[in-house]
Amino acid sequence: MSDNVLSGLAEIVEEVAGVAADDVTAEKSFVDDLDIDSLSMVEIAVQAEDKFGVKIPDDELANLKTVGDAVNYITSNK
Amino acid sequence: MSSGIEVVITGLGATTPLGGDVTSTWDALLAGKSGVSPMTHDWVEKYDLPVKIASQLVVDPTEVLPRVEARRLDRSEQVAVVASRQAWQDAGHDDDTVDRQRLAVIIGTGIGGAITLLTQDDLLEQQGLRKVSPLTVPMLMPNGPAAHVGLELKAQAGVHAPVSACASGAEAIAWGYRMIMSGEADVVVAGGAEACITAIPVAGFSQARTMSTRNDEPEKASRPFDTARDGFVLGEGAGIMVLERREFAEARGAKIYGRLAGIGTSADGYHITAPDPEGVGQSRAIAASLRSGGIDPSDVGHVNCHATSTPVGDVAETVAIRKAIGDHPVLTAPKGALGHLLGAAGAVEAIVTVLSIRDGIVPQTLNLENLDPAVSLDVVAGEPRKIKLDAAVNDSFGFGGHNVALAFTPA
Repeated sequence: MSDNVLSGLAEIVEEVAGVAADDVTAEKSFVDDLDIDSLSMVEIAVQAEDKFGVKIPDDELANLKTVGDAVNYITSNK
Repeated sequence: MSSGIEVVITGLGATTPLGGDVTSTWDALLAGKSGVSPMTHDWVEKYDLPVKIASQLVVDPTEVLPRVEARRLDRSEQVAVVASRQAWQDAGHDDDTVDRQRLAVIIGTGIGGAITLLTQDDLLEQQGLRKVSPLTVPMLMPNGPAAHVGLELKAQAGVHAPVSACASGAEAIAWGYRMIMSGEADVVVAGGAEACITAIPVAGFSQARTMSTRNDEPEKASRPFDTARDGFVLGEGAGIMVLERREFAEARGAKIYGRLAGIGTSADGYHITAPDPEGVGQSRAIAASLRSGGIDPSDVGHVNCHATSTPVGDVAETVAIRKAIGDHPVLTAPKGALGHLLGAAGAVEAIVTVLSIRDGIVPQTLNLENLDPAVSLDVVAGEPRKIKLDAAVNDSFGFGGHNVALAFTPA
């Protein structure tokens, strides 16, 4: 798993949802562990697309349950 | 009232162009300070707007709220949340003091999330759909301030958002009164919030020729009842009061600021923006507030006026006061200092009225130097006046012909 992608994603989550970047770790669920709602997930996805140069369609976004899911998707699609 | 129910005020909260809370606002008002200053926004020059002044918040809500919370709220919602937290704390409420199904939140706004609407429209135009925030709608909806506060307090008796232009804040308080009197709620967090100092409202009000253009003397621009008045000054802020059924408040040992004895509402049916110069609708609202409060007009010592510093409106209001009450009440117009907070005005000025009764002091009308001879009533000018009050009325009127009067009495 890419540490750069993880740390970059953690920065976005902190900016959008106020979760401390250190708490954004691979096994955490966006909804259940980090208390991020669907509206914030859309913001996070848009910022991640810009930051990492990937496309995250809505049907893919729905599958990204954990931070690790998102890091893996970004790493393999950028 | 025959029902035996009384409505009292147990908590106050505000953020205004005179201060970041109720105490600082009240002190600045009595000290004769003005909230009006030049606008520094780049759009003032860009569009060469004729109005270059506004009554802007002393304490920016983003300095008070956590960063992530602030970015999810329109500025009109931010000020509502800030003022509501103050009022809730001031009332001594916590998680267990009231059954949430007996708690309501009613917060009005005149314009709603105009800044969000315009910012997001710019993003759509310039950067496309992807950049439009998914929070756009909950940020721009005019029920947003009420909804956010209602959610925070988990209020379940009802969450409402009256929209009646510059009467909205007062209408929210009137609605709260009705909910308690009808038995729908024991506690209501009620008031108004407004934050729309941005290009299009300023341009629109300017084109309607309703705003002061005294740009070279900002602090003297808002001058209700003065012969040299030339329009209102746009302001921003929020005022919130906690209304409570008296028995409920007394049972929990709450401090009581005063009583909201009666309310009156009416509509002019005359013109979309101009008040009826005969003050018929306005006087009906004032008279209704006294009737519902069981107050004799001769007992009303003071009227906290809506007077916005426009040439027509200020005089029409005095005609209405004379009709409904007589020529004995002592008047003041807090907009001389506060500017016009639109949907928050009625709520902030209701708070001022309550404090006038509590402290026995009526603030001066700032900048009233030469009383318009058409007024010929006793308007406090120069410095505050000490006066024991048995009853006072707060007027609020809005574009659309909405009239609201709130009648307060001591605790």
